Amino acid sequence: MDLDKFKVHGEPLIYGAMVSIALATIGILVGLTYFKKWGYLWREWLTTVDHKKIGVMYILAALLMLFRGGVDAIMMRLQTAAPEMKFLDAQHYNEVFTTHGLIMILFMAMPFIIGLMNVIIPLQIGARDVAFPRLNAVSFWLFFMGAMLLNISFVIGGSPDAGWSAYFPLASLEFSPTVGNNYYSLALQISGIGTLITGVNFIVTILKMRAPGMTLMKMPMFTWSVLITNVIIVFAFPVLTVALALMMFDRLFGSQFFTMANGGMDMLWANLFWVWGHPEVYIVILPAFGIYSEIIATFSKKNLYGYTSMVFSMVIISLLSFLVWAHHFYTMGQGVMVNSFFSITTMAIAVPTGVKIFNWLFTLRKGRITFTTPMLYTLAFIPIFTIGGVTGVMLAMASADYQYHNTMFLVAHFHYVLIPGAVFAVIAGFHYWFPKVFGFRLNERLGKHAFWWIIISFNVTFFPLFFLGLMGMTRRMYTYSEESGFGPLNMLSFVGAVGLAIGFVILVYNIYWSTRYMPRDTTSDPWDGRTLEWATPSPIPAYNFAVVPNVKTRDAFWAAKQDNVPLFEDKITKIHLPNNTGKPFILGVIFFFLGFFLVFSMWIPAIVAGVGVIIMLAAMSFDRDHGFYVPAEEVIATEKKLRGETV
Amino acid sequence: MKIDASKPLEYSTEENSNKIFGFWVFLGAEIPLFATLFTVYFVMVNRFASGPSGKELFEIGPVLMETFLLLTSSFTIGLAIHAMRHGYKKAMMFFMGITLLMGLGFIGIEIDEFFTYVHEGATLQTSGFLSSLFVLLGTHGAHVSFGFLWGAGIMIQLWRQGITPATANKAFIFSLFWHFLDVVWIFIFSFVYLKGMM
Ligand code: HEM
Ligand SMILES: [Cu+2]
Repeated sequence: MDLDKFKVHGEPLIYGAMVSIALATIGILVGLTYFKKWGYLWREWLTTVDHKKIGVMYILAALLMLFRGGVDAIMMRLQTAAPEMKFLDAQHYNEVFTTHGLIMILFMAMPFIIGLMNVIIPLQIGARDVAFPRLNAVSFWLFFMGAMLLNISFVIGGSPDAGWSAYFPLASLEFSPTVGNNYYSLALQISGIGTLITGVNFIVTILKMRAPGMTLMKMPMFTWSVLITNVIIVFAFPVLTVALALMMFDRLFGSQFFTMANGGMDMLWANLFWVWGHPEVYIVILPAFGIYSEIIATFSKKNLYGYTSMVFSMVIISLLSFLVWAHHFYTMGQGVMVNSFFSITTMAIAVPTGVKIFNWLFTLRKGRITFTTPMLYTLAFIPIFTIGGVTGVMLAMASADYQYHNTMFLVAHFHYVLIPGAVFAVIAGFHYWFPKVFGFRLNERLGKHAFWWIIISFNVTFFPLFFLGLMGMTRRMYTYSEESGFGPLNMLSFVGAVGLAIGFVILVYNIYWSTRYMPRDTTSDPWDGRTLEWATPSPIPAYNFAVVPNVKTRDAFWAAKQDNVPLFEDKITKIHLPNNTGKPFILGVIFFFLGFFLVFSMWIPAIVAGVGVIIMLAAMSFDRDHGFYVPAEEVIATEKKLRGETV
Repeated sequence: MKIDASKPLEYSTEENSNKIFGFWVFLGAEIPLFATLFTVYFVMVNRFASGPSGKELFEIGPVLMETFLLLTSSFTIGLAIHAMRHGYKKAMMFFMGITLLMGLGFIGIEIDEFFTYVHEGATLQTSGFLSSLFVLLGTHGAHVSFGFLWGAGIMIQLWRQGITPATANKAFIFSLFWHFLDVVWIFIFSFVYLKGMM
């Protein structure tokens, strides 16, 4: 076998990364053995089917990926901080912006949201579990193994280098001969299957497992946003599945889908990619809208203004999101009629989005606002996202787009929507729901420090890019000359990026600090919440609700507190729970190897792994594990203990 | 687990009815999957470069045979579910077995067809048209093959455990899958083969 293809070209930076990865891995392994934590890890985490723990694992993985994507971002900003920098070479820069984009969207933003939704959705709808707890574990492990597969690419064989959109012919074997884009197709495929399963699981969970009395129009807004998001997932991800499969066929088996000869068609890739890619952007942004809606209502102590129009605007956005994909390539010769159509549909999205912005503003109006950390992120989101939206409408104008297409203007625009629209939202949601899961709050002072660092630095980083774009600095350019005059603004942007990094470090330090020093919370409802998740004790028992709530109004928990509407009317009885299982994890590991072998065209091991997958599926089908019951006495005892009463 | 006797066995528990609903949602995802593959095929259908076109390649005989097998098997899986509803385990196993055998026959013919194409110099690598043809047919064929293994697994469970809420649920979901493959095939038959031969 040709061992050379495993090697990556000699770059001190990459060797450094290799060494640190190896050291970290050894450190973790030694630590686990020394503290005898293997059993704990296996029993409590690797085999868990508890939606809350799965959610926590999603969020941990997403934070890890935020770090990885963030390091990529800093490297790029450093490389372009001054003219003629020699920090990264062109190839390495290509790899860095590609993995940065991929990781941020697919392995950071989306899993973070899926993590929050795993933790919160069953609680918000008053359910004891998701519809398919084992499949949920399968989803997580497929996502995780896909993410790992992409992450090892830069030390084994080389990273993808054709941009996160992997346009052909750039991503073809001819122009991208390393295995990088093989990783792209397989890592995304594996994690994408996991996402699709999540989509199915949560649609069923939300539609079929709501507490009695919770009609669709009584669901909390976050639940609504997640429902709509999962519908988008179910319709959009199969397109990605096909696109990635065709890419794999082209690269591994020499088919002619996207080639320049023999009847292939490179534009087919661009279309398929963006038919998935644009809805994908809404997959990360709609749940953010849901999170903000919850936070605004809670911290203004008011009902959400315009509930019905909020729901309808999300439905309309989700439909339109499938009709705008070609705005990503106006300049690639598709004619005036096509461009006009996509230009109009794109601008139309601004209307329902505007409706939402006004609803939030009206909710705030005359509210009794408390400026907690989650609320600060929410308030900052509104103006920043609006800038992103306005520049988006500018980009939507097909004729004008010929001017800024693929310049830094675009880079500024999408960061102005994605960062407030997804990153601030998950951070806000993280601060907001943290006490629910762990039973104590994050420190507010540190939280606000991080907030100001992040908000200010964000604008310092990205606002200059609008001007750089208008000055003609193109996207994905790894260096530029002194005469171009791009230097000063890029330096400013680099300074901002460092500030952002500091903000994130404070955020992470806050988690550490609060874990050690914050007082444990006994009320389980620290923010005076409105929705059902605050009705369970914190930390949340495995069965969520000792008694399934009876819902009569929107914001049922609020009504229960304010107007004394009874929430829990039934008696405690025994509760059915699923058993843990190691099979999803093992399936994930096999998928990882299957992907790895395919990346390197190692056919025999790949076939063996493929058979392994089928065996695991059969094993899961033949499993006759029906779970277990928690007896009523045990439930009563647990409840008393968690609610701080002595047994 | 509570079993509701007023409902058909496959729907009789909450878990069961969730699974069936979940599978419908999953089929909802299979529609865009195949729709995308069809779209790719229609984009590519006239891009045969120096390779053969559909007209030169397709033969009606085997395709009719495939169609016959798949349509009939969709009927027999219906009979199997009918037998299941009446609690006739043997009849159910019999009809499921027939279904799977016909599925196997279908796969056999398809593989033979692929070999013939390759033999005539029409490979995955030859042209955009052939790439999309092989991938469309292959995806459907892979579904049928997977269905064969899946159905066989369910038959083993039926044989061991009898008709229970769990096995009835699995068999019913399998039947939905099988009908779906039939529907997809009708599209392939009409828009790939018949249209291609015209
Ligand atoms: C945290 C601070 C961040 C900084 C400093 C940053 C910086 C950058 C830079 C410098 C580029 C490359 C521009 C170019 O050379 O073309 C880029 C591209 C990109 N970024 Fe970020 N970014 C950040 C966060 C994010 C986040 C949170 C997301 C998504 C949720 C994101 C998504 C993307 C995407 C999709 C690309 C395009 C990659 C490509 O061209 O293939 N970024 N970012
Ligand atoms: Cu778009």
